[in-house]
Amino acid sequence: MLKYAIKRIGYAVVTLLIVVTVTFFLMRSIPGDPLSHMARSLPEQTRANYYAKYGLDKPLFTQYLMYMKNLLRGDLGESVLYPGRSVSETIAKTSPVSGLVGGIALAIGFVIGITLGIVAALNKNRWPDYLVMFIAILGTTIPVFVLASLLQYFVSVKLGWLPPSGWGKPRHMVLPIIVLSFGPIASFARYLKSSMLDTLSQDYVLTAQAKGLSQWAVITRHVLRNSMLPIVTILAGRIVGVFTGAFVVERMFGVPGIGFYYISSINNNDYTMILGTTVFYAALFILAQLIVDFVYMLVDPRIRIAPEN
Amino acid sequence: MHEEISKDLFQIIGPEDSEAEKIARPRVSYFQDAWRRFKENKVATLALVVLSVLVFMVIFGPAISGYNYEEINPDHRNQRPSAEHWFGTDNLGRDLFARVWQGGRVSMIIGLSGAFIASFIGCIYGGISGYFGGRVDDIMMRIVEVLISVPYLIVVILLSVVLESKSLGTLLLAMTITGWCGIARIVRGQVLQVKSQEYVLAAQALGVKPWKIILRHVIPNVLSVVIVAITFDIPGYIFSEAFLSFLGLGIQPPETSWGALAATAQSMYAFYPYQLFIPSLMIALTMLCFTLLGDGLRDALDPRQRK
Amino acid sequence: MDKILEVKNLRVSFHTYAGEVRAVRGVNFELRRGETLAFVGESGCGKTVTAKSILRLLPPGVAEIKPGSEILYNGEDVLQMDQKRLQKYRGNEVSMIFQDPMTSLNPTMTCGKQIMEALMLHKRLNKQEAKAEAIRMLDLVKIPDPEKRFAAYPHELSGGMRQRVMIAIALSCEPSILIADEPTTALDVTIQAQIIDLLKELKEKLNTAIILVTHDLGVVATLADRIQVMYAGQVLESGSAREIFYQPQHPYTWALLSSVPDLAEHSKQELYSLQGTPPDLIMPLESCPFAARCDYCMQICRQQMPQVTNVSDTHTVACWLQHPSAPKVKPFYERGLSHEQQA
Repeated sequence: MLKYAIKRIGYAVVTLLIVVTVTFFLMRSIPGDPLSHMARSLPEQTRANYYAKYGLDKPLFTQYLMYMKNLLRGDLGESVLYPGRSVSETIAKTSPVSGLVGGIALAIGFVIGITLGIVAALNKNRWPDYLVMFIAILGTTIPVFVLASLLQYFVSVKLGWLPPSGWGKPRHMVLPIIVLSFGPIASFARYLKSSMLDTLSQDYVLTAQAKGLSQWAVITRHVLRNSMLPIVTILAGRIVGVFTGAFVVERMFGVPGIGFYYISSINNNDYTMILGTTVFYAALFILAQLIVDFVYMLVDPRIRIAPEN
Repeated sequence: MHEEISKDLFQIIGPEDSEAEKIARPRVSYFQDAWRRFKENKVATLALVVLSVLVFMVIFGPAISGYNYEEINPDHRNQRPSAEHWFGTDNLGRDLFARVWQGGRVSMIIGLSGAFIASFIGCIYGGISGYFGGRVDDIMMRIVEVLISVPYLIVVILLSVVLESKSLGTLLLAMTITGWCGIARIVRGQVLQVKSQEYVLAAQALGVKPWKIILRHVIPNVLSVVIVAITFDIPGYIFSEAFLSFLGLGIQPPETSWGALAATAQSMYAFYPYQLFIPSLMIALTMLCFTLLGDGLRDALDPRQRK
Repeated sequence: MDKILEVKNLRVSFHTYAGEVRAVRGVNFELRRGETLAFVGESGCGKTVTAKSILRLLPPGVAEIKPGSEILYNGEDVLQMDQKRLQKYRGNEVSMIFQDPMTSLNPTMTCGKQIMEALMLHKRLNKQEAKAEAIRMLDLVKIPDPEKRFAAYPHELSGGMRQRVMIAIALSCEPSILIADEPTTALDVTIQAQIIDLLKELKEKLNTAIILVTHDLGVVATLADRIQVMYAGQVLESGSAREIFYQPQHPYTWALLSSVPDLAEHSKQELYSLQGTPPDLIMPLESCPFAARCDYCMQICRQQMPQVTNVSDTHTVACWLQHPSAPKVKPFYERGLSHEQQA
């Protein structure tokens, strides 16, 4: 168990290292250099100062080592576009906003999605099943920006119930949360339904019924727990889904989250910011997968004993 | 009762010959059977019909409209849908009917070719990994694990930034560079399963060359799974393209796509909602149809559901 | 007569895509207190379906127990029980163990908890009492170190151990009937013998009636008091174990008995192998279901369903060979002829 945990953490660190390295060299391989867009118009001396400041006058590999050294201290460098604005601080300031909106959306999506999945599985091939699967298919096929536009148009513009965009009051959060929770609702409902149907056909459910347990006891004690196990594995994907969905949603609703800044840094060619945020996202995802793996290990007794598959 | 029966009937005639024993139900081939089951699925058939209409319009729509999708007409700006302009016009007076179908071409091409390229690479990679197994499999799967542990959209965004040129080819490259991993995993799993079957072991024992075994035994078994995976991947690529174009990282003007059309219209949706709704509807409809089609194909091709 | 279970004209159909599969076609039998009745037959002959029907465990929606069927437990029709009554009946009065102990235990619940569940439900025991009783049950089914095994998860135990846990669950509430569906099929041969011995011992100790579903005639010979031979959803022959083994009447029973290798006899005789496959259960059957594979098939067998004839008080057979007009035949193995010569 401990050996497995250490091995798993080791893999995560190596993966992160690879991602950071590849991203770094990719960004540096862009024709021109990170400063060329803005430094073009500057006089020779100022430009040289700039290059020295960002370490761009040194060989590429030295730059890489410098970057890695700073990264270990949690320093992701300074924005190229807005000198003086630290990338780490920007992330520290904006990610809680995204985390709050995304976290609530994910929690709502989880609760509603699981409930719908149970309803669908228990009413297989009857109207509640069809209704849930219809919602689930809409949820996976309607792109977030389409849903966001529709809600903005009808709820905000036509009905005037909620502000179309902005930040600061709880009501500003309602529409972004609804939009972001739609995808998780759909995928949790779909996965739980199929996983639950799978569990329901297992022999041990028959054993439980043969014991004389009520339908309710069979479902809650034997079916649900076993059906939830596969759900844990898609959780990491959903967390990332909420964060990447936020690229569009935060922009459309004017939420000052990390996705908002990521997209504007891309549009403005703010290279240090792009690099830093990418590293942050990758680390977040790898961490999420790691946590999910450990949670899985805790809830499934079979894995505790035999960690290798 | 006993007495009524003629004695002749009590002659021992023995069992029927094996010919007569054959089960009376007609034999159907696997794909015939799958096709029959698919046709019975009304939802999937409807999805196929709608997709066919969409594909037809994407091919012939721009010609039907009678306008060039690039033609700017300052006198006809932001017109609502009318007999003259069926889907209205945009802020430069371009005919949206022509633009929507022209944009659909890009979206469809990206969806289809993205899914096919990714499946092609995925099949080969997964096939090799699963076939050889052991250390090769270990290493190849580790690589896949690293690749998919980076969020997909981040990879795509990063590459479209790095590759600078925003042509269709670069977009496809950005989207398929890690997109094949999912199919590679599926194929590997299938190959491992097929490999352990006796007939493949027998072929190996007879010294049949690896590529021949893959061609004869593995591919036909993996095919149905791959077909389903492709169908589910297509909407993913259409979505990614729309997502990128919406963020301004995808198709650049004067070329257009459904995502790009929606992005342009987004700033003005309060005044000209139709400019946003029509391309959005097309994206949602296409994704919906491919998903339903995939569901239908999976149910039809899944051998476990064969009765 | 101490009848605890009586099944009358049980008919079960499965609704599948291809049509209605008539898996059980009019099965009648009864079970007395403390006796062991074995259902014997090839796979797909309806023996498991019959067994599951007794507990109403068939998948709803897919399987249908046809109207007119009756399953009387102490005179009460199981098919008419409401949910509440059914829950008291299951596990408490009649319980069941299944073929594959690898899959019939919940993988995420400890074995002890799975035994306790039934005890707390039916015996109204509190946690401590249930735990003590569960450990006593584990000891009863001869699991070594029961206190430790109580906290074990199913995957930590071997197949034989798991089947013992299943038996402990099934017997925990002292049911009057235990249905054992192929209890040894998925186990190693040596383990099989242990499980059979255990069942035999417990049956005598607890005076539980057992319905044993199996295709293994060796298991039947050790355990069964009475045997019922099934084929294509029908009972072809039924009688005491002695009658079935020593005076079998139906050609299908002959075929079954002679396809068991007999190591003791050192006979040079080739092992009998029955040709062909059972009939398609989607088709309605109007004649003897075994006719197509029967070495002694007569014209009449392909035209009419044979009547059930009483050979003795306890022995019945459904075969046209019992008809007075039929030729008197003996099973080929008694005449010392191999199958090939016979055919």
